[in-house]
Parts: sequence; structure tokens; C-alpha cells
Amino acid sequence: MGYEKRIDGRKKFEELRPIEAKAGVIKRADGSAYFKIGKTVAYAAVYGPRDLYPKFMQNPKKGILRCHYNMMPFSGQGDRVRPGANRRAKEISMITEKSLIPVINLEDFPNAVVDVFIELPQTDAGSRCAGITAASIALADAGIIMKDMVSAVAVGRVDDKLVVDLDYNEEAYEEGRAAADVPVAFLPNSGKLSLLQMDGNITKDELKKALEMGKEACKEIYEVQKKALKDKYQLGE
Amino acid sequence: MDKELKNHISKLLKQEKRMDGRKPLDFRQPISVEYGVSATAEGSARVKIGETEVIGGVKLSLETPYDDTPDSGNLMVGVEMLPMSNPDFEAGPPSIDAIELGRVVDRGIRESKAIDTKKLCIEEGEKVWGVIVDICPINDAGNLFDACALAAVAALKDAKFPEIKDGKVDYKTKTDQSVPLATIPISVTVRKIGDGFIVDSTNDEESAIDARLTVAIDENGELAAMQKGGDVALTIEEVDKMVGIALEKEKELRSKL
Amino acid sequence: MSELVVKNKEVVVPGEVLATGMDYLPGQGSYREGDNIHASILGLVNVDGRAIKLIPLSGRYLPKRGDTIIGKVIDVMMSGWRVELNCAYSAMLPLMGTSEYIMKGADLTKYFDLGDFMVAKITNVTSQKLVDLSTKGPGLRKLSGGRIMEVNTHKVPRIIGKQGSMVSMIKQATDCKIIVGQNGLVWILGEPDNELLAVKTIQKIEKESHVSGLTDKIKEFLEKETGKKLEVNVNGE
Repeated sequence: MGYEKRIDGRKKFEELRPIEAKAGVIKRADGSAYFKIGKTVAYAAVYGPRDLYPKFMQNPKKGILRCHYNMMPFSGQGDRVRPGANRRAKEISMITEKSLIPVINLEDFPNAVVDVFIELPQTDAGSRCAGITAASIALADAGIIMKDMVSAVAVGRVDDKLVVDLDYNEEAYEEGRAAADVPVAFLPNSGKLSLLQMDGNITKDELKKALEMGKEACKEIYEVQKKALKDKYQLGE
Repeated sequence: MDKELKNHISKLLKQEKRMDGRKPLDFRQPISVEYGVSATAEGSARVKIGETEVIGGVKLSLETPYDDTPDSGNLMVGVEMLPMSNPDFEAGPPSIDAIELGRVVDRGIRESKAIDTKKLCIEEGEKVWGVIVDICPINDAGNLFDACALAAVAALKDAKFPEIKDGKVDYKTKTDQSVPLATIPISVTVRKIGDGFIVDSTNDEESAIDARLTVAIDENGELAAMQKGGDVALTIEEVDKMVGIALEKEKELRSKL
Repeated sequence: MSELVVKNKEVVVPGEVLATGMDYLPGQGSYREGDNIHASILGLVNVDGRAIKLIPLSGRYLPKRGDTIIGKVIDVMMSGWRVELNCAYSAMLPLMGTSEYIMKGADLTKYFDLGDFMVAKITNVTSQKLVDLSTKGPGLRKLSGGRIMEVNTHKVPRIIGKQGSMVSMIKQATDCKIIVGQNGLVWILGEPDNELLAVKTIQKIEKESHVSGLTDKIKEFLEKETGKKLEVNVNGE
């Protein structure tokens, strides 16, 4: 039997959910973005480069990038998410930083900090990837010098099929082999990967194929990011 | 701190003017309320007042009642001052300003008896509904007090109970049953700068204010909760005037729901 | 085989390929990787012969030696004043940087107090972004009264206009004193309604900075608002 048809009605296993993106949605921030993929929504706001406190964190050789990932209390699939940084949010904040740092030159802003705040008002899986994708738009919107954009999506295996952009139902799919969830982020112009996590089980060959699928999907996401930024600036602000 | 700014604002107010061209008692426009903005919440709303934007969301859950109120459901309202919305807000545990803001919004709803908590009782002493309203500012361009209070009641208006299956909440299935609201409180915050009074302050104005008074008003025009803030004391006459302004402006906000 | 991949004046996003082959040279806001020239910032393409550079569209101010800026005093010390510049780095105005002779141990708040605004010149910026200021020179001084507005620092040249033509037209129309800092702060002093008109005009310039014939458009707008007949004069003040 196997996994024959996607639960949410998508036609293909490599198909992304519907995407919307907009740059410059938060006036007070230096750069900002809205990114929606399926029922997962992320806002990102960038402040900086700005003064870094506490002062002992300042480094005269380079600046720091600081990311904060946060689910709004009502954004979870089940119970209310208690406000404040839990271990999960802290880890995701850290891997978000690591996935964005390869495109940023920290020496551009010695002693200073670029803060990235990611907030999710509703989620249906793939929230860290949506956050990273939104953050990349917001960083570009803030005029930060970047080698490339960063585009992220989750790939994985549902029963016997490799799929792109798993939603919650696919992540939780219990028939056949246990599902694997592989969030990835790609630098679209260099084709390199800056985020890789995996939960579940997957063979070496499947992983290779899944990563190739992720790379292709990230190209699509990149086009949406590009359009969001061009739409904001092509006609002036 | 910013004395030049304060001088400028109070000088303008003497001529019934403000820096952005508004009259002292004008709200920024447009004011909008959009319902159902978060699919994972049982009820949600986005409120915009000028460039200020906040999202409110309601979660409903099954809880055991408190010992002293075995036949009443639980209500909790909180505001997160998200560092995304304002460069001056810091990440980390809630600041005292965030705690005050949350409590003022909470008291507007609680003290106006907007929610009849007895109707949230499922089984006395055993099982009741808990109603939790969380407000998250997206862009703070001033007057979070009124925007957050409006978003809280709008989200409650939008809220539908989920199904209960085998004694557990099934968050995937919403019923068509709304959260019972006895009245809808509206909060208006009036601020004093020098000798002038304003509503719907901007960030610049907030950095210069002497005093503020938030008044929650129910559907019958009765005052349900108040909070005075700021470092300057008020006369009884001033309070009377500020309450009068709040009562007058309340209708405008109510008409947006 | 060299080829320009983008059009002149097109908006490009970080990472985007601007040109292929070795015939083109990467200028400001771009970098070469292998055979290609990529964008390193969100910007407007500017091709000048074989050189490609990007004009940034957003981003915070970066202090540059020789810039005239508007700053706010945030600390009064023994040896001078710490001044905030609306960017990641605050600056130092040393006693020697002022036009007056100040005795050692004098009460410095008599000259510049906390919260005071000033128009000053940047005399030095180190590689670690330590910034020195001076108020010696014509027009450099404390700013009293009026209001400060914030603009996109990359729009400052448009607000000033060719040889100061734009700002002098706004001054003429509104009877306001106006000083535009390179750091994106603008000081305006005049009658309340006129100040507001100056603010609205500057916001209009920011928004429509890409429009051709902007000076004429703004002239028309100001003439309609004030009923005055305006002259475009290119001699600045």
C-alpha cells in the first residue's frame, strides 16, 4: 500500500503548500517580513546593527547576530504554549542563528548586534523553516550586507514516500515506517546547506534524495522571497 | 529625559495641536478589527490603530476550578511586550510595564463581568473551562493600552468552544458555540502632558507624558476598572475631565467591533 | 563570454547574479565568485561602463568622516560629551572639538546638556567604529526648539537635492529652518502648521524618491499647499 495521496490534497510529493510573503510589514523595525506557508505563519523583525548590551559581550573585531524564535501562546496545534523561552525555543533560536550566519559578515559591525525576532501567530509544522525564511527577507530588507539569501523547508519521509514541506498530519503519520522529518536551509545561489536536522529514521540513499528535493523546493521559496523584496522596493517604499 | 520633545509637544497642545497634525482628542485612522487571524486559537483578532498593530488570541482548556470558586471557570489575560514590536522592548521575562499592561487589560474584562464565569462550569468542583487571552503586539507605534484591550475583547467575541471527546479537548473540531459575553468593555486611555489632555498617544508623546488614566467602560457606560499611571499627581477636577473624555471616545472604538 | 544579467536601475536582492564572465568589475555592494558577480546587498543596479555597483535602498547609517550629522547628547563626561547618532555607534565630542575655549573642570552642561541636539561634523572614524565629532565650523551648533524627524539615510541626497535645491525650496515654501543630517535625522523649526507641512513634504520625497522630475512634482505640491510661487534655486542656503 504505502503513502499514496497527500493528506491535505497536494498533487505531488515534491509540492510545497501555498506561499505568501511580504517585506516591510513592521514599520518600527529596520527590516521585517511576513511569510506564510500553508497554515504556518511567521513574522520576522530585524533591529540593527545597534548598540550591544551588556557591554562585556561586545567584541571589537566583530559583531554578533542574535535570533529569538517565539511561538505566540495561541499558535500551537493543541494546548496553549506557555510564554517565555523554553528549551525548544532556545535551541531553535540557536540553529536559526547558525543557518543565517554563513551569509553574513560579522566583521561589518564590530561591537554591535543585529537582533532578529521571529514570532509565530499560528503553526502547522515547519515553523523553524518559515522563521528562517522570513528572517532572511527581513535581514535583506534591513540593508544588512549578505552574500546570499537563506531559504528553508522541511523534507522527509512519510511511510514509503519522500515528501517536501510536511504539515502536522504528515509529521504525525503513523502507518508503515515511522516518518522522518528533515528541516533544511539552503543558500540558493551557492546551493550549499546551512541547516540540517533530522528526526525519525532514514537511509543514506533516501537522505541524499530528500536533500536534492529540498534544494529544488528552496529554489521555489527563494523566488517568493525575491519577489517580496522587489515588490516593496521596485515602486519605491 | 527628552526635554526638547516635551517642550515642543506641550507648546503645540496649548494651541490644540499635535505633532502629527491631529487634534488632541482625535484617534489615529484608520482603526480596524479583523477576526479569525490565527487558525490555532479558539478565537483571535488583529487590531490596528494607525500604525499600531496587535494580535489577540484565545485558548480554551479544561481545568479544575479553584477551591474557593468550585462552580466558576477560570479567566486569565496577559500581554507580551514582544521585542519585535518596539526597539526599546527587551527579550526575556516580562518587564513591569508588560505586567501592568496585562493586568490593566485583564481587569477591564474581569471587573466589567464581561464573562459570566459560572457559565464556564462543566461539573462543579471537578471540571470547568479555562479562558486564556494572550495579546501580542506586532508594531508598537503608541497606545498599546487601548489597542490591546480592544484586541482582547475582539478575540473573545470571535472565540468558539472546541469539542470535548472522551473527557479531553479536541482542538481540531470547533463547535458553533461562542464564549458567553455579558457585556463588552472598551478601554480608553487619556494622557496629560503639561496642561493638555490627549487620547491615542504616539511613542513620542508617551515619552513625554506626565500622567495617564485608563478607563474601562461597559456597554451601559459604567466604569468597570481604572488605572492611573505616570509620575505626576492629578486633581479631582482633572480626573473628572479625563473620565469625561474617555466616555466620549469609547463609542468610536466600540463601533469598530 | 561576458553578459550583464540584470538591467540598469533594477532592484536586486543579496546573492543574485548581476553579470557573468570576467569583463565586468564588481563595485560597491557586489562581489565576484568564480565567473559571476553577485549582489551583496538589497539595492538598485548602477552600471557605469564595465563597473557594476549597487545603490543601497535601506539600512542604518554608517558613520563616515566628513559627514554632517545631527546627534543627541546621551552622556556628559569630564572630557566631553557622548552623542548618539541614530546608528549602532555613538560618538565622542571632546572639549577640544568645540568652538569655545572651555576651562578644565567647567560645568559642561552649560554648553551641551543631556538630551540636547546638535549639528556636528564627523572628524574621525576608526576601524572599530570609534567616532569623533567637532562643532567647529560654520553652521555647527546646538539645536534649540523645533522637532527632529527620522528618514531613510539613503534618501538624504534626494531630500537635499542637487546643490541643496530641494531643501531650500522646502525652506522657502514653509518658512522653516531645516537641517538635514547625513545620518537620517532632520531638524525642523517653524510655525506648527508649517513644520507639519515640511514633515509631510519630506515624507513624500522619501516615498517618491524614484520618480523622475521629482523636484517639479514637489514644487507643484508645495505651491498648491501654500499658495506661494516658488523658485528652484540651486545655491543651497
